[in-house]
Amino acid sequence: MAAIAEAAAVRAASRNGVFAATLVMTVLLAIAPFAGVYPVFIMKALCFALFACAFNLLLGFGGLLSFGHAMFLGTAGYVCAYAAKVWGLTPEVAILAGTASSAALGTLVGALAIRRQGIYFAMITLAIAQMMYFFYVQAPFTHGEDGIQAVPRGRLFGVIDLADPLTMYYTVLVVFVAAFALIVRIIHSPFGQVLKAIRENEPRAISLGYDADRYKLLAFVLSATLAGLAGALKAIVFQLAALTDVYWTMSGEVVLMTLLGGMGTIFGPVVGAFLIVALENYLAGLGEWVTIITGIIFVVCVLAFRRGIVGELAAWWTARRR
Amino acid sequence: MQALFGQLLIGLINGAFYAMLSLGLAVIFGLLNIINFTHGAQYMMGAFCAWFLLNHGIAGVRLGYWPSLIIAPIAVGIIGIIIERTMLSRLYKLDHLYGLLLTFGLALIIQGVFRNEFGSSGMPYEIPQVLTGGVNLGFMFLPIYRAWVIVASLVVCLVTWFIIERTKLGSYLRAATENPALVQAFGINVPRMITLTFGFGVGLAALAGVMAAPIYQVNPLMGADLIIVVFAVVVIGGMGSILGAILTGFGLGIVEGLTKYFWPEASSTVIFVIMVIVLLVRPAGLFGKER
Repeated sequence: MAAIAEAAAVRAASRNGVFAATLVMTVLLAIAPFAGVYPVFIMKALCFALFACAFNLLLGFGGLLSFGHAMFLGTAGYVCAYAAKVWGLTPEVAILAGTASSAALGTLVGALAIRRQGIYFAMITLAIAQMMYFFYVQAPFTHGEDGIQAVPRGRLFGVIDLADPLTMYYTVLVVFVAAFALIVRIIHSPFGQVLKAIRENEPRAISLGYDADRYKLLAFVLSATLAGLAGALKAIVFQLAALTDVYWTMSGEVVLMTLLGGMGTIFGPVVGAFLIVALENYLAGLGEWVTIITGIIFVVCVLAFRRGIVGELAAWWTARRR
Repeated sequence: MQALFGQLLIGLINGAFYAMLSLGLAVIFGLLNIINFTHGAQYMMGAFCAWFLLNHGIAGVRLGYWPSLIIAPIAVGIIGIIIERTMLSRLYKLDHLYGLLLTFGLALIIQGVFRNEFGSSGMPYEIPQVLTGGVNLGFMFLPIYRAWVIVASLVVCLVTWFIIERTKLGSYLRAATENPALVQAFGINVPRMITLTFGFGVGLAALAGVMAAPIYQVNPLMGADLIIVVFAVVVIGGMGSILGAILTGFGLGIVEGLTKYFWPEASSTVIFVIMVIVLLVRPAGLFGKER
């Protein structure tokens, strides 16, 4: 009994820790524009952080490596951009439309991909994402290489003008923090616990009466939906939906962000996303070196640094406290 | 009619490369349990090796197509062996996904380095003298080099099948795929076998690259998109059988060629659509065994 009480205390402590850290992160992000950080940079990083958190929900907590998550980012981006520009919908409705389309796509792809496991799962998601890429290359409404440009930011709820950079910034921040809180809630919910059980030992979870496939599918759809939210938001922020967001390199990038920050940790993907976006910003002039450095980070992470930055820090902290 | 046979021929050529690449992937997967994401980059390295030997040569001696067919697979295979020994072998005890992530990172590095060095425009590679020209078959014109690629890749595939399914060495390999611990207990050096198998699979990719060099241009990204199609081919065929990989490779190449004739817009997606259908009907793949 004592052990159980202790475990519960540890869990409660870690939950308080997560809450405190989320609060600190939110406050830091809220004052960042006044501390001289370029808002567009943070908005980009936040969109990718949300994308990586959504991806981490599937990989870190469900143990499913999707190598095609770009299709959800890109699909929502295209639908949102199209809805805002051609149909003239308000940004919040356009973002919802984009997110919903990714949820629908996620349901279809998830139902298909969970029929196979492990490496096959990764290959199938990659192949389907490539199929979607070719579809978007040819589909007339995406304007191919040009993408959907000059997407209007519009007025939020028809009232708040998003053309103002700071208004846009705080809108992105609110959406990000809300989605992040939702992800934390999902992870700590009974659903999240069952998901972890399935990741650790699927046959045992099944023998305990859990319908593993249903849980995996739901995790996949949730992840795809949140990735879609990130993509739709990104389309409004940058007023652009382009092919790079559906290409396989983008799928690789989100894997890298999660791996670098720490898969299966709550804050890892955020840290990873900020680092990679910063890296790409600063190295943008170096052309192909970005690809090479990205590859090197991949190799180093896999060989020497599998817990990622946040994972290593957490392990160091626990070791020190003993 | 001319156009139809032309597309069929292109389909067969593509199928030959699908078959050789998926064969290498399947052999590696069988023993190492990893999917080699670097396969496309290694195919590209094979082509570049041939291009380099022709245009720069070793110590001033320029080497043509035929020596390249032997030197390039060995050179790239050795690089593969170094990768396996220094990096991949550390990951065997971990989740197989790490192998995929590592090879993905390596592929990015290799492609990035080649793009830095050579840009992204293609470089031509001449067809060897003996294989230039073509034959008029009456219903179509058959370039000799293309006929050679189809025949040669078939031979390579069948030889690989023979080695694995019909020789003593192949039986060790198949046994080690089933149960490495037991095979090691019988005194066979399994780690060395794993290393050589990886080298062989990589060499196969490089060989395909050399054969592809005169057809497609030599380009740092020539393997990047191809490898994703090959993944779909592998999912469709299932990695259980060698002959299955060969048949699926050629078959899908032909299907793709036919689609290019009848419905050109769908030709880039047809293989992925087939993958979806196969997953719905037979999740283990056409020739796969459920593990």
